[in-house]
Order: sequence, then C-alpha cells, then structure tokens
Amino acid sequence: MTVTDLVSYEDALASYDPVMGLEVHVELGTKTKMFCGCSTELKQDANSQTCPVCLGLPGALPVVNEIGVESAIKIGLALNCEIAEWCRFARKNYFYPDMPKNFQTSQYDEPIAYNGYLDVQLEDGEIFRVQIERAHMEEDTGKSTHVGGATGRIQGASHSLLDYNRAGIPLIEIVTKPIEGAGARAPEVAKAYVAELRELIKALGVSEARMEMGQMRCDVNLSLRPNGTETFGTRSETKNVNSLRSVERAARFEIQRHAAVLSSGGTIVQETRHFHEEDGSTTAGRIKDNAEDYRYFPEPDLVPVAPAREWVEELRRGLPELPRLRRKRLKEEWGVSEHDMQSILNAGAVDLIVATTDAGAPSDQARKWWMGELARNANETGRGLDALPITPVQVARVAELVTSGDLNDKLARQVIEGVLAGEGDPDTVVEKRGLKVVSDEGALSTAVDEAIAANAAIADKIRGGKVAAAGALVGAVMKATRGQADAARVRELILEKLGVEG
Amino acid sequence: MPGITREEVAHLARLARLELKGEELDHFAGQLDDIIGAVARVSEVADQDVPPTSHPLPLTNVMRADEVRPSLTPEQALSGAPAQEQQRFKVPQILGED
Repeated sequence: MTVTDLVSYEDALASYDPVMGLEVHVELGTKTKMFCGCSTELKQDANSQTCPVCLGLPGALPVVNEIGVESAIKIGLALNCEIAEWCRFARKNYFYPDMPKNFQTSQYDEPIAYNGYLDVQLEDGEIFRVQIERAHMEEDTGKSTHVGGATGRIQGASHSLLDYNRAGIPLIEIVTKPIEGAGARAPEVAKAYVAELRELIKALGVSEARMEMGQMRCDVNLSLRPNGTETFGTRSETKNVNSLRSVERAARFEIQRHAAVLSSGGTIVQETRHFHEEDGSTTAGRIKDNAEDYRYFPEPDLVPVAPAREWVEELRRGLPELPRLRRKRLKEEWGVSEHDMQSILNAGAVDLIVATTDAGAPSDQARKWWMGELARNANETGRGLDALPITPVQVARVAELVTSGDLNDKLARQVIEGVLAGEGDPDTVVEKRGLKVVSDEGALSTAVDEAIAANAAIADKIRGGKVAAAGALVGAVMKATRGQADAARVRELILEKLGVEG
Repeated sequence: MPGITREEVAHLARLARLELKGEELDHFAGQLDDIIGAVARVSEVADQDVPPTSHPLPLTNVMRADEVRPSLTPEQALSGAPAQEQQRFKVPQILGED
C-alpha cells in the first residue's frame, strides 16, 4: 500500500468545491430489540440476548417495537420532517455473516420521515441549514471478531466469530441531502451537524447517543467538483467515524486526498473507506455494491406502519425545546459569552449546570465548580463530567455553604475533593474533615493578634495607611488557621485592631 | 419479451454466492424466465384500481410494547451452529489477503 499524497487544504479549496452527505446511525435506547423482545442491555455474555426472531430461524415472525416507531417519529419531527402517513419495512439482502437472516430489515423507498432540516451553529455564531433527506427505521447488526489475522483485521483472518446480541437493536438512520455551499467550512459544518444532532437526540430522550460506545456512528460521503461547476464528482464513503473530532478530520482528509487524485489527472473510485483514529487518514475498503444489488423488496412478515395524525400531533406537542434555542436562552440567562457557552457545551456541562441551578445554586457558582474544579478532575481522570461521583444536588449544597459563609473557596474545594473520593455528601465531608470556617470570633481574634505581633513591621505600614499590606497579614492568619477562616472577616478584624478604615 | 437473461442469472448467482456451471445458467435462465412470465400476467389483470400489495391482510400498525421477554440461552442459540468458539458462531474466512 502506498502512502497517499495529499495536497494542502488551502490548495484543494482553491480549485475544488466539496459536496458532503452525512449518514448518521443512532442506536435507540429502547429496552428491547426492534422486532423481538430480546433485551438490548450492553456488555452481556456473548449470544445471551437472542431468540428465533433475531437469529432468523425458520418460521419466526417479527413484530415491530412501538417505542422504536415512536422514537423515529420524534426524531423526524424534531428534524422538521414530514411524517409518512403509510410506510413499510423492506429487506436489504446481502451476504455477510453479521446478520443471521442474510438480510437487514430496513426501509427503502418509504422512509417514516423525510424532507426536513436542522439548523446548526458554527463556531463564529453563523447558522448553517443542513437539509435532511430522510430518517428511517432499521436494525443493528451482530458483532464480528476476526481471528488469526494481523491486529483483528478481516483481511487475512482465518475465521470469524459472531455475537448476535446487538443484531436487531433498533437503529434510526438519518441521511442529509447533499450539503453544498459550505466551501472551506465543510469539515466544520460536518462536525457541528453531528454535534447538534447528538444534542437533539439526547434532548428527545430516545438515546444517550454516546459516540464512544457506538450508540451514534457517522458515515461521511464526500466528493469534489471543480470550482464554478454544478455536477457532483464521484464520492467516497468513509464509514464509522465515531467522534466529533474524527468527523471533522475525515472530511478534511478526504478533501485533500480527492484533490490530490483529481489534480494529478486521476479518477476517484466509488468505494467505502476506513478511518484511522491514530493519524486521521482513510484507506480503501470494498468497492460499493450498487443499491440494486441489495435486491430490496417489501418485508412480507411485517405489516405497514401508518402513524395516525393525532398521534403524530401529540408527539409534536411533546417535543422538548430545541437544544440550539435552549442554549441561546441559557446563554442569556447566565450572561456568558458565545465562547464560554461553547466551552460549557463541549465539556458536556450544560445539563449539569442546569440541574445544579435547579437545586438552588446561583448559576455563576454552578458554572464555576463544573467548569473549574470538576472539569479539571474529569480531565485528569479521563472521565466525562457526568461520570464523576458527585451530583448536581451535592454541588448546589457546596455552593450554598459558600454563600452562607460556612465554607470559603479553599475549603469548598476540599469538600468537593472529599465527595469525589467517596467520603459522603458535602455535609458529611465537612463534619469528618472538620472543614468549617472558623467563625469563633475569640479564636479568630487571638489569631489576628498573634499575626500582628509576629509581623510588627507590616502592621506599622498598615497603621501608616498602606491598607494594601493587610493582605500579608490575612495570609498569615489563614495559614495559622489552616485556611479555615473567612478571609473577608479576617481583613476586617486586622484593620479594626490597627485602627484604620477599610 | 424475455424476462431474464443468462447474464442476469449469473449476476444473481454471484450475489447469492452460488457457484453455477454454464449449463446450469442456461437451465435456470429458462426456468426463471417462465416464472417471471407467469407472475407478469398478474399485472395484466390488475388495473389502476388495484393497489400493489405486499401483505395479504389489510392490517397496519401491529406493534408490541417495549417489554423484555426471555431470550434463548447461549447454548440453545448455538445449538444449531455447525461450528462455535468462545460462545460465538464460528464462520469461515470472509475475505482473503489484501
């Protein structure tokens, strides 16, 4: 295999105009599979969640999952799609052992949702409208393990092992129309679209959409055409790009690769490509079968789905506030900049901060802890913020203790550290570690007297009017009380005792 | 009007991973042509007022509640497998070397 020569991104864009199509698969969070009652729980024993239906045994009959259909309609509505009055499932026939039936139950020319759009916000605040072609219902495939080859690859494997626990888990495939006019921002649009779609799916409550767990996967179709021309070029399809950063990188790499091939007089082969996380490159996969080779035909074992208009309208009324609009509202309520809001979103902190303010904390306190101390801890321990062993209610309690003066920031950090270490809720940690601010005026007064006595020179300066020097004495008192004093009160006492006005 | 050509049968055989000899292709092309011809006669009698149908019963929206039902045990699931390894279905090599 030769290393692909690339042209620089700038040179590629100087000559060519990228056109993208994004296909996103979302694994729904239903309790059971799409067409049978097998559990969808992850990480179970191999082949412990299968039945005659999802194994494709003769005579077994599928029945569609009501929540699967409902979720598909919700997604369609949230994407501003029309919802089919009547639609069917279809068999997509192909020869590959990841589906024991030898076909995947999907939808072909009658998707449940079609003709929609999603507005996404780019980093500079620009809104880009991505047109949606369709969203359709289908099922996930089993998991293959390739044995005997190098590094688990299918090439050169001596045989493969199949676990069908995942086969039949409901999937919604969301397909965009060709995304034109993004120019140099195409990779950014791709990333922003997948990010916004993920937020939307989470807000709808139909899936947790965790890309790192394969609950949401993206295929990036990309082609180039010479600037100023209309006809689309031949596309490549980069499969299973499974993080937001990778979506952007894959689009960028393919623009540079296509440009290199085209500008040297070559032609792009229509093929699937594999994305490599390590270096952001893609390599050739199989030459794609034509759609007709899948020999789609209506699934005779399932009856048509004809969602009643009343049901559709009821679901429409129940839709949550769109994530982009919600973020705009929160940004205004919290009084933060576009940039800060983007950081909060990227950190996965929006819902946590909302929950913390719902639990009574002022929003600046909630933001400060989640984006400061807690974000740092999450980063250091390689966890998501929502995986930290602290709840929004506990963070709100810490904020309350700070507001009431029972804790200062330094002590509050220790309380949070204690909660994260599993020492109990904030009040328990305060109790066990003895972290209350010293509010005993007598003890504090003694500590201030000692500090003044030990730092006579500084005390004289303050008496002489250099109020700013009080900081050094405050520091001494804080040190003596191991940080457990209210710094503001200490300062007051010092100035009082030295007879100066603050 | 010929319904299916020899080349189309060869293509279908490849998609179905069936190895057919030359005379088998001729044989099946003839047979499939007869079958397609017979089925095609249905469209001759169906007028505009007869919608295409994929299911014999006029049913829609047959759905089930999202409730877990017991699955087979892995032993039961694998009981019909010609080969297994690590509690998984074992299948022959899918692709050769690059």
